[in-house]
Amino acid sequence: MIAIIGYGLGNVGAIRNMLSRIGAPCTITVDPDEIRAATHLLLPGIGSFDAGMERLHASGLVPLLNQRVLDERIPVLGICLGMQLMTHGSAEGIAPGLGWVNAHCERFNEHPGDGLPLRVPHMRWNRVTPVRPTPLLDPSDPDPCWFYFTHSYHVVCRDPALLAGTTQYRDDFCSMYHTGNIVGAQFHPEKSHRYGISLLTRFSQWTVTP
Amino acid sequence: MIETRVIPCLLLENGGLVKTTKFKDATYLGDPINICRIFNDKEVHEIVLLDIGATVERRPPPFALLKDMAVECFIPLAYGGGLRDVETIRRVLELGLEKVVINSAAVENPGLVEAAARLVGSSSVVVAIDVRKKLLGGYEVATHSGTKKLKLDPVTHAKRMQDCGAGEVFLTSIDREGTMSGYDLDLIARVAAAVSIPVVANGGAGSVKDFGLAVNEGHASAVAAGSLFVFQGKHRAVLVTYPEHEVLHGVLP
Repeated sequence: MIAIIGYGLGNVGAIRNMLSRIGAPCTITVDPDEIRAATHLLLPGIGSFDAGMERLHASGLVPLLNQRVLDERIPVLGICLGMQLMTHGSAEGIAPGLGWVNAHCERFNEHPGDGLPLRVPHMRWNRVTPVRPTPLLDPSDPDPCWFYFTHSYHVVCRDPALLAGTTQYRDDFCSMYHTGNIVGAQFHPEKSHRYGISLLTRFSQWTVTP
Repeated sequence: MIETRVIPCLLLENGGLVKTTKFKDATYLGDPINICRIFNDKEVHEIVLLDIGATVERRPPPFALLKDMAVECFIPLAYGGGLRDVETIRRVLELGLEKVVINSAAVENPGLVEAAARLVGSSSVVVAIDVRKKLLGGYEVATHSGTKKLKLDPVTHAKRMQDCGAGEVFLTSIDREGTMSGYDLDLIARVAAAVSIPVVANGGAGSVKDFGLAVNEGHASAVAAGSLFVFQGKHRAVLVTYPEHEVLHGVLP
């Protein structure tokens, strides 16, 4: 069972719809027993960084999530703001993040100095280039991976080994990271039709070898 | 796949999909869920769905229909119509929609755009601006499906909405809507030059060439169309189509 953490931010309905189409059992939940019993965790999220952390803390789930992700090492996927919340923090706010990965978040620079101003949010379909094989994306896949993005902040990996996929929006940025049982995706697989179905199918079948 | 989003803009009236011309003369197209499913299967980049009666008739959004559409739609789906408070906006997004589109309420109460952006983030908040050309030159904004004229310049309004936290402007020329006579490139260029958030061009697309003009000359970030995707031939027979990626690739970045 995939537990989609329903802490009140994010269009969790869309994620459930796609997982249901795939046939992967899932539940939108904040119930500690369901989260304890889950085989996979999915951390969604839209909106601002501090509002997201505030709601996560208000749910009282942070210690349990830390235990399931850091101690028991079950597969976890963070989507969009969910990917950002798993880092140490963001230029968008002052709240510390979950700190599961050694990274932080910065805003796209609208006025890069040379050339035209950059439109922010980065809101469009864009290509994700895998930089190495990961459980959810395969660089040997002949079909290029296109996903739907909508965000103003992006992750910067302090640990370069985290980087799993890059996307170009003027410059390259980290659109996917991976370490052990943790994957973050800046894009929305639940809104990226066949590309998203393929990625979420791999997530639902992913088992972490100790 | 290409970088520029090409977006079918679908209009809801009394539970059915319709297509208007200059915001009038609604032609019935068919069942919204069925048409949505066809567009989903064609892997369109995004869908914008607007209930054109909701604000005028002071109705809430059609929640049950939106929920059913979200189940069929594995592409980004934006909804507008009758969004007057943040609670309604939150409810719509929870159904599995990607973005909300605020139009009349953004003019009457810019604080709603601010509150929505704070709650759900700028990237989920689109402000729609419907614009008419003035008789003696220049442009003015209209709300309530074009029925309420305002002495408001679209450029001023777009900048203010950006300052309020809107993540995108969905810009419609009322004079061109449904005419398939080409986008109002001057209008698009003025608004796109004034803001740094993406601007979606809508109203007037008659061919994929118009998409290229809106992006290359108008500097739109994305293009939307209605008639082009639902009518076929000079008798405007209803047929849902979407250009092949190769065709779009030839005119768009």
